[in-house]
Amino acid sequence: MLTDFVSYIIQGTVTTICVTLIALPSGLLVGLGLALINIYGGRWLSWLSSTFSLLMRGVPPIVLLFILYFVLGGNGSLINLEPFWAGSMSLGIVSSAYQMEILRGALLSVSGGQMTAARAIGMSRLKAIRYIILPQAIRLAIPPWSNEASIVLKDSSLVYALGVPEILRRAQQLSATSQQPFLAFGTAALIYFVLVFATNRLLDFISERSKLPTQPV
Amino acid sequence: MESNVILQAKNLTKIYGQNVIFKDISLDVTQGETIVIIGPSGTGKSTLLRCLNLLTRVNSGQVFLDGKEITAQGYNEDFVRQHIGMVFQNFLLFNHLTALDNVMVGLTRVKGMKKPQALEKAMHELTRVGLADRAGHYPGQLSGGQQQRVAIARALAMDPRVMLFDEPTSALDPELIGEVLTVMGQLARDRMTMLVVTHEMGFAREVADRIVFMEKGSIVEQGSPDDLFNHAQHERTREFLWKITELYGNKEKQKGGQ
Repeated sequence: MLTDFVSYIIQGTVTTICVTLIALPSGLLVGLGLALINIYGGRWLSWLSSTFSLLMRGVPPIVLLFILYFVLGGNGSLINLEPFWAGSMSLGIVSSAYQMEILRGALLSVSGGQMTAARAIGMSRLKAIRYIILPQAIRLAIPPWSNEASIVLKDSSLVYALGVPEILRRAQQLSATSQQPFLAFGTAALIYFVLVFATNRLLDFISERSKLPTQPV
Repeated sequence: MESNVILQAKNLTKIYGQNVIFKDISLDVTQGETIVIIGPSGTGKSTLLRCLNLLTRVNSGQVFLDGKEITAQGYNEDFVRQHIGMVFQNFLLFNHLTALDNVMVGLTRVKGMKKPQALEKAMHELTRVGLADRAGHYPGQLSGGQQQRVAIARALAMDPRVMLFDEPTSALDPELIGEVLTVMGQLARDRMTMLVVTHEMGFAREVADRIVFMEKGSIVEQGSPDDLFNHAQHERTREFLWKITELYGNKEKQKGGQ
């Protein structure tokens, strides 16, 4: 009975991981685009992306999730996606604002001289960003991004509210049917912890590996 | 020497807000010539260099490279800069790339050269500045003098028509200045066309074909090293040279005293 119990929750783990693997990269892609137009896109685009970021970060994710859900999915919505897709993409959109801020900070931390030097050897702005600025900014962004990755992983539990059968949803059902809330939610907590821990360690490893040598050899 | 003008500045004026950085500057740079620009800080020497390769826009005036006006509307700036090398005071090597990749990146990404050729060319340039054995080092692993020599190699790799040096030794420890000046001296002897902003009077005296003295945004006087050091026409030129030479004398004395 216990194995059934645990395997039921573990099936939700797959869903949780899938939600995260959709939300995080799509948030990264949108966030990167926003960060780039925020810094290099001129006044209007900069204002637009800043405003987007301000709105997204100023409202609880669960509220945004409901609003976006009724745009992307659900009855009578325009696009009518499955809850799983609508939820994952909504999370991605919310996360894109945070990822934009992370990348913006990282891009601005690369000294202006790097752009000047790149332009001086004849690179266009676009090439300079692609080959000189971004590779340095991404290194700087890994530690804060690791933090955002664990937040998205944990916030994926919010799609529970849309009826997506991820970890929390299943734990809730088990708790109700088995009358063992501590076991049900304890298992959920443990799974989340292991996932977040593993994610952070992986990103720490990547960050360490990508560090530029400064000491003489 | 046959006058074959590579780079020509005509009546350049640069204004930031209310500040006139320089006004009505004209300068011809002939093939193979080494010109040293000297003058007090804040006289627009560095800005002038940046205007010549279009990193900064002039407010008025024209710049010609090989007879073509590069300040003309719609002229491809990136193309211009491929042909004008620049070396900066603070080196500005690409921090995430090894010495070799710093030199190669312009060849592969700007000139579209194939990797093997780019590698060969980059190694050739690193050898030229005496750093072939540091090819795999990152900027953080190199001394200031070595970083600046890599920066010179990076600019040379593009086969520029003219090289601009913006106070290339000002950020260096005194004992590292020599290695950079040696490389620059060799370039001058190889008849690379060079425009150098520096306070290194020894270099100016020995290497320059022409010295240009700038103050308050205008060219006060120009001529051969002998003309300026020994027969300066303007009181202000003599004063500046005397002061800066005295400063050097003091440095020498301090070194000796330690």
